[in-house]
Amino acid sequence: MDKYTTHTGTVLPLRRSNVDTDQIIPAVYLKRVTKSGFEDGLFGAWRNDPEFVLNKPEFAGATVLVAGVDFGTGSSREHAVWALQNYGFKAVISSRFADIFRGNSQKAGLLTVVLPQDDVEAIWSAVEEDPKTQITVDLENKNVRYGAKTVAFVIDDYTRWRLMEGLDDIGLTMKKIDEVSAFEAKRASYKPKTLPVLS
Amino acid sequence: MGKTLAEKIWADHVVSSKEGEPDLLYIDLHLIHEVTSPQAFDGLRLAGRPVRRPDLTIATEDHNVPTLNIDKPIADPVSKLQVDTLRKNCAEFGVRIHSLGDVEQGIVHVVGPQLGITQPGMTIVCGDSHTSTHGAFGALAFGIGTSEVEHVLATQTLPLVRPKTMAINVTGKLKPGVTSKDIILAIIAKIGTGGGQGYVLEYRGEAIRALSMESRMTVCNMSIEAGARAGLIAPDEITFEYLKGKPHAPQGADWDAAVAYWKTLQSDSDAKFDKEINLNADELEPFVTWGTNPGQGLPLNAKVPNPADIADAEERGAAERALTYMGLTAGTPLKDISVDTIFLGSCTNGRIEDLRLAADILKGKKISGKVRMLVVPGSARVRLQAESEGLDKVFLDAGAEWRTAGCSMCLGMNPDQLAVGERAASTSNRNFEGRQGKGGRTHLVSPLVAAATALRGTLSSPADL
Repeated sequence: MDKYTTHTGTVLPLRRSNVDTDQIIPAVYLKRVTKSGFEDGLFGAWRNDPEFVLNKPEFAGATVLVAGVDFGTGSSREHAVWALQNYGFKAVISSRFADIFRGNSQKAGLLTVVLPQDDVEAIWSAVEEDPKTQITVDLENKNVRYGAKTVAFVIDDYTRWRLMEGLDDIGLTMKKIDEVSAFEAKRASYKPKTLPVLS
Repeated sequence: MGKTLAEKIWADHVVSSKEGEPDLLYIDLHLIHEVTSPQAFDGLRLAGRPVRRPDLTIATEDHNVPTLNIDKPIADPVSKLQVDTLRKNCAEFGVRIHSLGDVEQGIVHVVGPQLGITQPGMTIVCGDSHTSTHGAFGALAFGIGTSEVEHVLATQTLPLVRPKTMAINVTGKLKPGVTSKDIILAIIAKIGTGGGQGYVLEYRGEAIRALSMESRMTVCNMSIEAGARAGLIAPDEITFEYLKGKPHAPQGADWDAAVAYWKTLQSDSDAKFDKEINLNADELEPFVTWGTNPGQGLPLNAKVPNPADIADAEERGAAERALTYMGLTAGTPLKDISVDTIFLGSCTNGRIEDLRLAADILKGKKISGKVRMLVVPGSARVRLQAESEGLDKVFLDAGAEWRTAGCSMCLGMNPDQLAVGERAASTSNRNFEGRQGKGGRTHLVSPLVAAATALRGTLSSPADL
């Protein structure tokens, strides 16, 4: 996972709430067996509309997605995170994220930032007025800056540390593997096993 | 102070806990399917790691598989590659797999319970958000992403932040014609698609206690549609009775030890939930969604809502968009809406009891000439059971299609899809835009409403027949 400290770029203002993962990447695009190449499926259905914000030339090259409340609901597909990353997004801002999407993005190194809906609206207005507006999403200082504005956000220290160090969760857990073995030694005998196959 | 059920199960699985870090939680069972696992196995290969506990891992093919001609190779080469990749990965890493054509193949959340490997007090994960289904047994079960799939394969654990708990008390008694699907659709409409975010839901109350295991699974299945990663129901005699004799249920002395433990899996009377919600089952009617998220639902007797009446600007905008996408006009009685497709199946409502409910309505009748009806059993076992009861004949005689097991039209990854503008009454779990096929329109309903709608061609309950 790449380290994330701070990122500056332009914004894609997605004025929609309840953007579920079926919209972020429809199921028909999930058949790849790699983590790359999902950019073609990003917002696969909505993209057919030439008026859809992703198709507007003034927002081309945006790297920060700012969306309405309840972003990433629905399916647990991490492909939604990969599709956003493959397309070039480094951070997503919303007033509320679905739990699984947020977890997936934190594992994959896509920063998700929760800001109050009023701040989301203010960013939308600012970038619709001037699509070239540069926004900085600063994990180190836990704030979002654009124009003359600075808005602080909250993120737990552990997740922040992991993202800033680009740490792999499995590597961290492997350091505790003796504790896992000790736990396993105490598990009840009646807990089911999938092997051998019983019928 | 006492503990809630979710807190008890959590505490029983903490491997390591440190201030300022997520808890490291042990995972008792890891379910796998073809769509969210290939990149995880790749990660293991790259790092040279084995699967730590193949004996706590099981795979099945469900999301992508065809429901016709399964004796022939999968026609779509990309789907075939994904299924072949799962088979290859399972062979390489020693993971048990139930492939297309195997008697235990089916939707992952139908297979676990029918094998009896879903048991009370367990932690269960799968790279699928409807893993919450297994919560019906009093297990802490939730969906995970592919990075987490790899983490569980490698370590049999997950670092997780302890969720908050919410009690959903469902009092009273369901009227005839009203099912557990209507309970959960009503709950989602009440708390919204984000209402459960950050919580584990515990469904309680006499209306829940009265439900069969399969009906309880329908409720827990859609916890994710209320925004909660997990939902659970305390185990009771109905749970134990369901499990007894299942292939992987404990036997002999192990059974007694297990039941003794399972009986402790109740929220203590002095336990405090972070939030409580109440619902009266007496007042429930058959429910249907009218919009493009599962929270946009109403009783079948209602009318399509007018966005102008919605105070919240965000919700109003979403309702306007939804009506445009769904091709609906505010004020139209929901029962006047014509559909052209009926889908009976999915991990929500593709079990034998669901098929029995629908078959009971369809028996000796013909579906409307204007609709096609797809009946897709949740697993090969469900299909065989249904055939042994003659349900397949009921469906076929009524004019429906009888398919083989898989996720099918719930998410339209295989060829079972809606065409642009087609409208379905579906027993599945998501009415998102394009969920069942690009441009398709979905109304979520119970199996009873699906069957009644098939007969009349318009959204209907059995009482309308």
